[in-house]
Amino acid sequence: MKHLISVLVENKFGTLNRVAAMFSARGFNLESISIGETEDPEISRMTIVTRGEDRIISQVLKQLNRLVDTIKVTDLTHQPHVERELLLLSLKLSKSTQHEIFELANVFKGKVVDIKQKSITIEFVGSPDKINTAIDLFRPFGIRELARSGAVAIHRGES
Amino acid sequence: MHNNGEKLIGSEIFFECLRRENVEYIFGYPGGALLKVYETLHDVEDIEHILVRHEQGATHMAEGYARATGRPGVVLVTSGPGATNTVTGIANAYMDSTPLVVFTGQVPSSLIGNDAFQEADIVGITRPITKHNFLVKDVRELATTIRKAFFLATNGRPGPVLVDMPKDVLNAECMFEWPENVDIRGFKPTIKCHANQVQKAAKMIAKAKRPLLYVGGGVITAEASEELRKLAIDQQIPVTMTLQGLGAFPGDHPLSMGMLGMHGTYWANQAVSNCDLLIAVGARFDDRVTGKVDTFATHAYKIHNDIDPTNVDKNIKVDLPVVGDSKDFLASLIEAMPKSREDRSAWIAEIEKWRKQCPLDYEIEPDSLKTEFVIDEVSKQTKGHAVVVTDVGQHQMWTSQYYKFTEPRSIITSGGLGTMGFGLPSAIGAAFGVTDRPVLLFSGDGGLMMNIQELVTAVYNKLPIKIFLINNSYLGMVRQWQELFHQEKYTFTDLASSNPDFVKVAEAFGCKAMSASNPEAARNAITEALAYNDGPVLVDFRVIRKDMVFPMVPAGGSISDMLLARLNPKTMV
Repeated sequence: MKHLISVLVENKFGTLNRVAAMFSARGFNLESISIGETEDPEISRMTIVTRGEDRIISQVLKQLNRLVDTIKVTDLTHQPHVERELLLLSLKLSKSTQHEIFELANVFKGKVVDIKQKSITIEFVGSPDKINTAIDLFRPFGIRELARSGAVAIHRGES
Repeated sequence: MHNNGEKLIGSEIFFECLRRENVEYIFGYPGGALLKVYETLHDVEDIEHILVRHEQGATHMAEGYARATGRPGVVLVTSGPGATNTVTGIANAYMDSTPLVVFTGQVPSSLIGNDAFQEADIVGITRPITKHNFLVKDVRELATTIRKAFFLATNGRPGPVLVDMPKDVLNAECMFEWPENVDIRGFKPTIKCHANQVQKAAKMIAKAKRPLLYVGGGVITAEASEELRKLAIDQQIPVTMTLQGLGAFPGDHPLSMGMLGMHGTYWANQAVSNCDLLIAVGARFDDRVTGKVDTFATHAYKIHNDIDPTNVDKNIKVDLPVVGDSKDFLASLIEAMPKSREDRSAWIAEIEKWRKQCPLDYEIEPDSLKTEFVIDEVSKQTKGHAVVVTDVGQHQMWTSQYYKFTEPRSIITSGGLGTMGFGLPSAIGAAFGVTDRPVLLFSGDGGLMMNIQELVTAVYNKLPIKIFLINNSYLGMVRQWQELFHQEKYTFTDLASSNPDFVKVAEAFGCKAMSASNPEAARNAITEALAYNDGPVLVDFRVIRKDMVFPMVPAGGSISDMLLARLNPKTMV
């Protein structure tokens, strides 16, 4: 099953490589990985999406912990969390399609970030599932290019 | 000796840090990126630099030293090819959890990434085979980095750490500051075992009728042999050891079952297959131990103590994991044991029955030489009081079967990686670390050739290593598999027509050498070699060429199904 793992790491040269290389060396699936600085500039947060049976995931978590540059490893999958992904979607634009494109973009709360005579780029934010659906529904209009950020996630606050 | 607050250049800081880490020996080879270091070394008197002849030799020497003494081995090599030549040794140390600190010179910071002369991204190359590694970018970070490197190499599960030092960093000046304390927030190994888990383990042990201790190198690393001995004897639990665990429990004790696994003893493997409780201590359920995992110790409740949590449930699902140092585990277990326990005499009698059924034995033929005889004879003449180093292959397995290891840190061998060429240099390293026991090397002819240049290092330093060359002029273990499983197609394993005369080779290096091809000559040669202490001595034992190591579990087979002899390879017991 799919797991969403949040990892706090030292914000150092080579850390991303250490994590990615560990996944490939041990044959673990790595669906997406995203990384960025946290409120502490010495620490970065990685969000990793991986798949596997429980036994594999338990190894993934332990192997992540074993890396010297990882500070904290949390499997968010079964904990309350918010998960988001950013999609930049560039579509072909014509008089006949523009109305429909705008309408659909509205449904997904998309934001137009660039528009030219023959192309339009829309920004979407949502769960990876929502992003997948958006891509599927826009596909018939002709996708020029797309870029996805990979998931980022964080714990929900205590109530 | 320098003080905190003194202005020093990088190369002086380097040696001052090694001094403070109590380093006795550096195994190294100079080169362009290290010129400043070697300039500084000229006036360093309290740390001895051993000049090797190939950087792979340096890493294996450092491993031999580390395994013999329990202290980290230190390697110093230049950038580019100097650094890449250490890769095999580093990978070997990583697999066998040997503490090493490898220092590599690097091209000046300004040239990194430019494909400069003798540049290699050694930090990138060694990331998957080191416990951790560092590129020092600023001389002000050098001391802290070296401190961290030694700390990481020796704490928790030990392993190799690499520190890459650009040339300009070694030349730059700064105020020296020795960090007394190390705090690495991402590295907090669990040393103390969880008390509840230990309590549970104690209860399970007390009520087990057929318990078995399965002990690995972690017990040696943790210096826990005394605790192991006490637990095993008090509780009457037979002990089987992995290749790296040999010596953790005295091999001549009735409760010792020798090694388990692919070339383990028949009775150890039968005991694993029939025990009701398996207590794994400092071992990692390696595939050479378990054979087919689905049939491994299926009747047993499994307790697993290891300092590295990733070893738990990696290959075999266990019932009771106890993460922590093996010495702490065994000591707390002894404390926690209930007063009464099950009687184990029937279980021990059953094991004795298996032992008698298929003992380790061999026949002596007057005109030919069997490896088993050579190793048995060396074992008898040294009474198990020696540091025994091996290379990799048939002789290594025979050593594990026929040498009676009675003390911890008495076997040094490449277990995880199976590195041919490991033997000679690691025997050299061991001989620097240990002077109260003889250092013996058993090597095959294939493996000896892989790092034979280090004979110079042994001769030059007058190291009294006994090199027992088990010469069948075959890559014997590969040949064995070719015979058993590959239609007897002996492709590229016969070295008879290409091997040199090893006696002459040794003599050309200035090493005393002799040969033996029958038991009588072998016995005399062993006596003579053990008495010779003016430098290394090589004995070229011309053993029976096509002998095979038995018993044997075919790859992927169940350890309860062993091939017992060559004549009837299809007869499984």
